[in-house]
Parts: sequence; C-alpha cells; structure tokens
Amino acid sequence: MTNDFWSMGGYARYVWPCYGIAGAVLAWNWWAARRYVAAAKVRAARALAMASSAAR
Amino acid sequence: MTVGAWEAFFLVIHRELCLSFRRPEQLFQPLVFFLIVTTLFPLGLSLQLSALRDIAPGVLWVAALLSSLLSLDSLFKSDADDGTLEQLALSGQGLTLIVVAKTCAHWLVTGLALVIVSPVVATALGIPTSAFATMMLSLALGTLTLSWLGAIGAGLTIGLRRGNVLLSLIVLPLATPLLIFGAAATDRAISEASTAGAVYFLAALCVFTCTLAPWAATAALRITLE
Amino acid sequence: MWTWFYKLASPPYVYGVAAAFVPWLLGLAALAIGYGLIAGLGLAPPDYQQGEAFRMIYVHVPGAILSLTAYTVMAVASGIALIWRIKVGHAVAAASAPIGASFAILALITGSLWGKPMWGTYWAWDPRLTSELILLFLYVGVMSLRSAFEDPLRGDRAAALLAVVGVVNVPIVHFSVVWWNSLHQGATIVRLGAPKMPGSMLWPLLSMWLGFMLFYGAVLCMRLQAEVLNRERQASWVREAIKS
Repeated sequence: MTNDFWSMGGYARYVWPCYGIAGAVLAWNWWAARRYVAAAKVRAARALAMASSAAR
Repeated sequence: MTVGAWEAFFLVIHRELCLSFRRPEQLFQPLVFFLIVTTLFPLGLSLQLSALRDIAPGVLWVAALLSSLLSLDSLFKSDADDGTLEQLALSGQGLTLIVVAKTCAHWLVTGLALVIVSPVVATALGIPTSAFATMMLSLALGTLTLSWLGAIGAGLTIGLRRGNVLLSLIVLPLATPLLIFGAAATDRAISEASTAGAVYFLAALCVFTCTLAPWAATAALRITLE
Repeated sequence: MWTWFYKLASPPYVYGVAAAFVPWLLGLAALAIGYGLIAGLGLAPPDYQQGEAFRMIYVHVPGAILSLTAYTVMAVASGIALIWRIKVGHAVAAASAPIGASFAILALITGSLWGKPMWGTYWAWDPRLTSELILLFLYVGVMSLRSAFEDPLRGDRAAALLAVVGVVNVPIVHFSVVWWNSLHQGATIVRLGAPKMPGSMLWPLLSMWLGFMLFYGAVLCMRLQAEVLNRERQASWVREAIKS
C-alpha cells in the first residue's frame, strides 16, 4: 500500500470520505436491524406474558 | 327513487359548491395566502421588477402549490368528521364517482380561482401581459393535476394528527414535475420562446393523473373508512 | 407449483425462511464486497479522464441501484398486500423502506462528493439528482405515513398505497439520463448492448453491486423477522420462535 494508494491521485479527500460513508451506511443498516429484531422479540415476549397472565 | 350516475355527479358538485359558498371566507383564505406569499418574495429578494421577472415563474408556481395544499384539507375532512363520507360511500353510487365529483368541485373553487387571480400576482412580479395566456393555461392544467394528487394525499391522511404536514410531505414530491414544467412554460412565454413542448407535457401529466388518480383516491378513502 | 407462493403468505414460514437466509446472505455479501474492494481499489487501473477519482463508482453506483431496487421491492410487496390482502407483503414493504432510504442518502452523498472534483460543484439541479432526491422524499413520506396511524393495519395499507403511487418515480430516475440533457453520465451497465467499461473496471463494480444486493437481502430478512413479529405478536407460533 504505497503513498499513491492513500492519496488516490490527489482525490483522497473525496474518495476516502465516500468509502467511509458507505461503510457507515452498511454498518448502520446491520446494527439498526439487529437492534430492531431484539426489540421486537422483547415486545413479543412481553405481549405473550401479558396474554398468558390475563388468561389465568 | 334511484338516481342516475350523471345526476348523482352533478348533485354532488352542486352540494360541494353550495357548501363552499356558504362560507365565502374559506374560499378567500387560500387566495389571500397566494397573494401574501408572492409579496414575501419581492420584499425578501429584490424590489426591481426586472430582477423579479427572472424568478417570477418559479415564485408564482411555488406560491400556487402552497396555497393549493392549504385548501386540500377541506376536500374530505368535514365530510369525514360528521359521517357524511361514510353515507356517500354506502349510497350505492360508486365511491369513485363521488370522489371525481368532489375533486372537480374542489378544483372549481380553488384552482380556477387561483388561475383567475394569477394576472394580478403576475403583474406584481413583473411578468409581461404577453405571457399571461400561457401562464393561465399552465396554471389551470397544473392546479387540476394538483387537486387530484391532493385528493390521493387527503384520502390517505384524513383524521390523522398533523395530517396537514403529512399531506404536504406526500403531495409535494409527487408535484415536482408539475412545478418544473409549469414554471418552464411560463418562463418560455416570458422570453417569447416556443412554449408548446412544456405545455404539452403539462397536459400529458394532467391527463395521466386525471385518469389514474380517481382509482388511487378511492382506494385511499376505502382504506381510511373501513 | 404454486404451493411455495402460498407458503410465503404464512408469517411463521416467512419468519423461519428469513432467519435461515441471513447468515448465508451476509457471508456471500462479505465475499463479494471484499473482492470488489480489493479489485476496485487495488487492481483496476486509473481512468484516463477521471484518474483515481473514478473509484468512487464502486460505492456510488451500487448504492444508487439498490435505492431503486429497494423501492421497487417495497412497491411490489405493497401491491401484493393491497390486492390479495396478504399481510406479509406489508411486513416486507415496512422492512425495505429504511434500508432503501439509507441507500438513497448514500447515493446522494457519494454522488455529491464525486461531483465536486468532476463537475466542480457539490450539487446540481439535474434530472437524475433531482429525481433521486424526490425518491428519498417518497421514502420519508411512506415511512411517516405508516407511523402516523394508530391502527397498524390501516397505516400499512395507507403506506402501501403511497408506495405504489410513488413507484412512477423509479423509471424516471433510471431514464432521466436518456430523456433529458443531463450533467450525469449515461447508463453504463443496465442498458441494451455491451457495457461501456473495460473488464478490469467492470468486474469489481459488478461484484460490489452483487455484494450490496446480497447485503440488502440479509438486512431485509433481519428486519422482516422483526416486522413479522410486530404484526403477529399474539400468535401461538411466536412463543417457540422467539426462544432462539
């Protein structure tokens, strides 16, 4: 990985933020989805618990 | 006593017009808003008519868009509030017919009114009288299309909290082609270039919307009513 | 033959299938994106016109294509849900919206960063950029409409109608460079005839496109699980499903 690579022919301040934002968007998607699934499972468990205790 | 489809259509239009004229202040509010908004631009940008002429088509159209949005709330809301909308849906006349009648009546009292007032506003923005014909034609086509887009949006947002904001959020992105071509037509008319292309495109958008929007608006109402 | 279609209308089946697909899709996506990055950043030669700046294509184009794909998926799922009253369709549409919106933002920002060195400006009111921005507004509108209703099913159906109405923007974004004199360059891959790029530049791009697509699929499946759970909370199959 030479200096040429990092400087991207002088366009480094455009190219690397681009890739950074792309990485951030992908990471956000994965992380937000995981959080969303976990929250959905918690809500579902709570709803089931309330339903079964109401049935008693 | 059963009523034929055309009779029902004109009955609904007649009812809408009667109700609108019973409260004439409601009719004037969007027009006054139109005038006020157009006044804001010269005060904020430049007082020279020559400079205003360049931005006039855009200002005119944005102001027309925003005033139309204001009046869209009344399309279904009051009828939904007192249960009339459900009665109309159950009446045995197709809901689509009712929706078309209501939207046509709405355009007659809002869009058409805007078109009639537009020369006054255009003069205030420095648009030459030679451009008026194209401007009014493009506004007529544009406001009709907007009434239909608004009917879809209004049908989706009846009775929602902050439904107004959502309505704008839904209708404005869909209305951008209108704005682009309407302003282009007026702009070309001002600079005495050929306006045919832009006006034809605007007319095409209008026909496209008027053909498909009734079904979408009816579907929207069914979703809200059921 | 149609049994697989009917099975897809069943929430527990869809939940199970989505859960099973996620690791595979993520793994394949990682491979495709990995190869794309290495080949695109390291192996592909610099463009004779744009120099090294062209490498932004490897995130900009897949992001843009995916923003359109996600909207189309959302619109098709919404249509199916509205016409045949299959609630799983609403779950798919709700899952697809935030992902697509994030990709639209990615396309707009990376495009802006690419536009500065190439066109001299961070933004231009050009047909493709404008219609992509409208696409983002439509995404926001659909998501806002869905969350504005207290009755979730009514919110789903209203958002579905809006998604279907707005799908007319997708071909506008794609064909904007054909129909108008646009600053944005024309279609390079999705066109009739051979692609206009040399192989060494093209293969990493196709790989990144595939990788983004697989990643979208993976995240869609994850969100789909959550959306299905949210809509079926009290059903009996949920008890077993959430134990995992």
